[in-house]
Amino acid sequence: MAIDIGTLDTFPKLLMHHARARGAKPAIREKDLGIWQTWTWGRLGDEVRSLACGLAAQGLKRGEHIALVGDNRPRIYAAMCAAQCLGAIPVPLYQDAVASEMAFPIQNAQITHAFAEDQEQVDKLLEILPQCPALKRIYYDDPRGMRHYAQAQVTSYEELIQTKVDPAFIDAEIAKGSGQDSAAMLFTSGTTGAAKGVVLTHHALIDRAKVAADMERLDDADVVLAYLPPAWIGQYIFSYAQPFVTGYCICCPESAETVMTDMREVGPTYYFAPPRVLEALLTQVSIRMEDAAAPKRWLYRRFMAIANRAGGALLDGRPVSMFDRFLYFLGNILVYGPLRNVLGMSRVRVAYTAGEAIGPDLFTFYRSLGINLKQLYGSTETSVFVCIQPDGQVKPDTVGPAVPGVELKFTPQRELLIRSPGLFKEYYKNPQATSEAKDAEGWFHTGDAGYVDQDGHLKIIDRVKDVGALADGTLFAPKYLENKLKFFPYIREAVCFGHQREKVCAFINFDIDAVANWAEKRNMPYSGYTDLASRDEVYDLVRECIERVNADLAGEPELANSQIHRFLILHKELDADDGELTRTRKVRRGHIAERYAPLVQALYDGRQTVHVEAQVKYEDGRSGTFSSDLKIRDAKTFAPAAAKKAA
Amino acid sequence: MRGSVGEVVLSVQDVSLAFGGVRALQEVSFDVREHEVRAIIGPNGAGKSSMLNVLNGVYHPQQGRIRFKGKEFTDMDSHRAASMGIARTFQNIALFKGMTVLDNIMTGRNLKMHCNFLQQALWLGAAKREELEHRLAAEEIIDFLEIQHIRKTPVGRLPYGLQKRVELGRALAAEPTMLLLDEPMAGMNLEEKQDMCRFILHVNDHYGTTLVLIEHDMGVVMDISDRVVVLDYGRKIADGVPEEIKSNQKVIDAYLGVAH
Repeated sequence: MAIDIGTLDTFPKLLMHHARARGAKPAIREKDLGIWQTWTWGRLGDEVRSLACGLAAQGLKRGEHIALVGDNRPRIYAAMCAAQCLGAIPVPLYQDAVASEMAFPIQNAQITHAFAEDQEQVDKLLEILPQCPALKRIYYDDPRGMRHYAQAQVTSYEELIQTKVDPAFIDAEIAKGSGQDSAAMLFTSGTTGAAKGVVLTHHALIDRAKVAADMERLDDADVVLAYLPPAWIGQYIFSYAQPFVTGYCICCPESAETVMTDMREVGPTYYFAPPRVLEALLTQVSIRMEDAAAPKRWLYRRFMAIANRAGGALLDGRPVSMFDRFLYFLGNILVYGPLRNVLGMSRVRVAYTAGEAIGPDLFTFYRSLGINLKQLYGSTETSVFVCIQPDGQVKPDTVGPAVPGVELKFTPQRELLIRSPGLFKEYYKNPQATSEAKDAEGWFHTGDAGYVDQDGHLKIIDRVKDVGALADGTLFAPKYLENKLKFFPYIREAVCFGHQREKVCAFINFDIDAVANWAEKRNMPYSGYTDLASRDEVYDLVRECIERVNADLAGEPELANSQIHRFLILHKELDADDGELTRTRKVRRGHIAERYAPLVQALYDGRQTVHVEAQVKYEDGRSGTFSSDLKIRDAKTFAPAAAKKAA
Repeated sequence: MRGSVGEVVLSVQDVSLAFGGVRALQEVSFDVREHEVRAIIGPNGAGKSSMLNVLNGVYHPQQGRIRFKGKEFTDMDSHRAASMGIARTFQNIALFKGMTVLDNIMTGRNLKMHCNFLQQALWLGAAKREELEHRLAAEEIIDFLEIQHIRKTPVGRLPYGLQKRVELGRALAAEPTMLLLDEPMAGMNLEEKQDMCRFILHVNDHYGTTLVLIEHDMGVVMDISDRVVVLDYGRKIADGVPEEIKSNQKVIDAYLGVAH
């Protein structure tokens, strides 16, 4: 159980509490020289106190900003807390950023002191030193290669920690801190415009960390693997705020390449992974299963089918037949248990995923293995926890109900507004952006569009700026539909049209690898993408996918009108070189609608084929013309669920 | 930026080596100073590898003297060379392919293990302490060479560039004062070469090891070595700092060929 916070309203106060209350228990483990080395809470407390004295002697003052650049290391977290002891504000930066990317945050936050992990990071800081005149001191942790650095600004961690500790001074400094002080400044990635420094207070972070910890019953027996960048809010919460609130232990892997092995050794009980990490893990499992001997492959296939049927239901406590229970028990011994062990998830009690939409198949894979994977919703500005799926109420397409303390509201444009004790204080030195994002009544404008479903779960559908309306005024969220389609392995890209129209129609790009494989298994000869794109069999394959999406949509009252009525398979793959996709592979809907205007029109005027003649740019720079008739097919649509009930 | 170069630690005088009628080395003399990075270059068949094999006692020259750390020998033998602090890597990787990276590096510490067979077999106190001490040394090397992620991987499954790095690790495990590297960068891509250069310079700087290396990549040689000796048809044709070697006519002729 999480500790009673009471008067412990800042992170340094929490640390000193743990150093007294559970001084001999592990706070941080780090794998160094092949062995897990433990820092107890007592040692962490002592280290932070001497480090704080060292930083004070170097001139770090209350209200100043200190940058932290490096991977997850105990000393980075110690430095973070030492700075907070003195009332300075830690600013963790992404360790893989190039020097020029670091210049902006350092200038913007007027950073005076910086803590670097190793020579690589020191070099970057020294490179931008001329642009950042405020930066006075640079400290480094790993001394390798640093022997010949004569710059006056550079000081080693060892030297810093040698400073004589003045207990009265430190205690007084810690006591001066209050919950309303800034605890951290984290720069948002800035996909829209320049990066903004989000300022969060001790109170906001501690409050949210505690609410979520109470909800999941986290305590000091839990273990977390700290493997994501410390500059990211999630990592700050899971590896700093929550351990400080509950007293659990975090483990720092040896290097980025050893995370898989380290995870297996540590056996975390509480785990976070963005969907792309989960996907990469699943791919590895699939590849290794392909290479396994035939009996093992057979076992895996059979038992995964059973897990799919019974695993999720068992985890949610829904009824499962005795026979399936028995098979699942058997599978657990033969397949699921060993597989969880390989993934390092044998002891995982609570696992979260967030950040982007997760495919239902990927999500159910982990849940069917008996891993309690759940989705949450939040952002840097909200100290992460806005919504969490509670145990037993996990649905693949929602992010769960609001956690205690959070209020949700929607604008007429369906933009989600949030009021929560975890909200950020401001964007640093950017009052205009602050007032745009947070209104006078304290509502934070997320920019996400969504709604709350019948069960009170929040469902995020799209960014507000992408959401449109059908001619009858109902909601049209193209990215939501496209994502749903793209979760099928056969569909690579989809472009949906429907804004200000009566119905939704779509362009489809199939996944050439998946469909080629599918065609080979059916002994279907073909010459390439364009050839496959004209086959009726492929149209049927895609139609089945679309109809499954339609059936899904029929069950969602808000989106039932968005079912896809007609579609065509494009004769070429959408390409960033032709300006159809952005470099990060997002479809540029407007540009595509313009470029393929005759095709869009054909989708809506009921024709069965449409003639295309297109300029094709080949990879060697030549261009040619292509002409063909594209087929247009209808997809079956379904009556909305509500109507069905009435009938 | 590296530590300053010290006194002459190894000198080779008038060494000649022949295999039957093939005269691999003819009256070659040069010296190596402490802390130095000394390169031996030359066209194929110039006698570079033979020279290295003479230095660590694999080949025994018919003529000449070798002076190492104040002692003079007519030839070295490999055990003596190793115990006097000379370690080497090979042109064709010579690791135990079926053993893990860690075990391979541990073999490099063989000469430093003093417990007898019985103590080790019974895992007695002394053997255990010794094993821990050597494991620590091996782990420091693994950390130094950034190969933590392959610690438990059998060497045969690693790509070439990493195997080269492991071989360097095994040589370092012997804590040599002088390290002989036979084409450490052969067959590597640019990035692997840069990594290897970084490690070689780190070894030189961090452990203060004297380095003698054979290398074909002239860019690498000119960048990282303090002095270069050039062999051609078993004879020394030039000796000096990289700038001198670059402009030496004999060297240019030997590499580009001249009309006879």
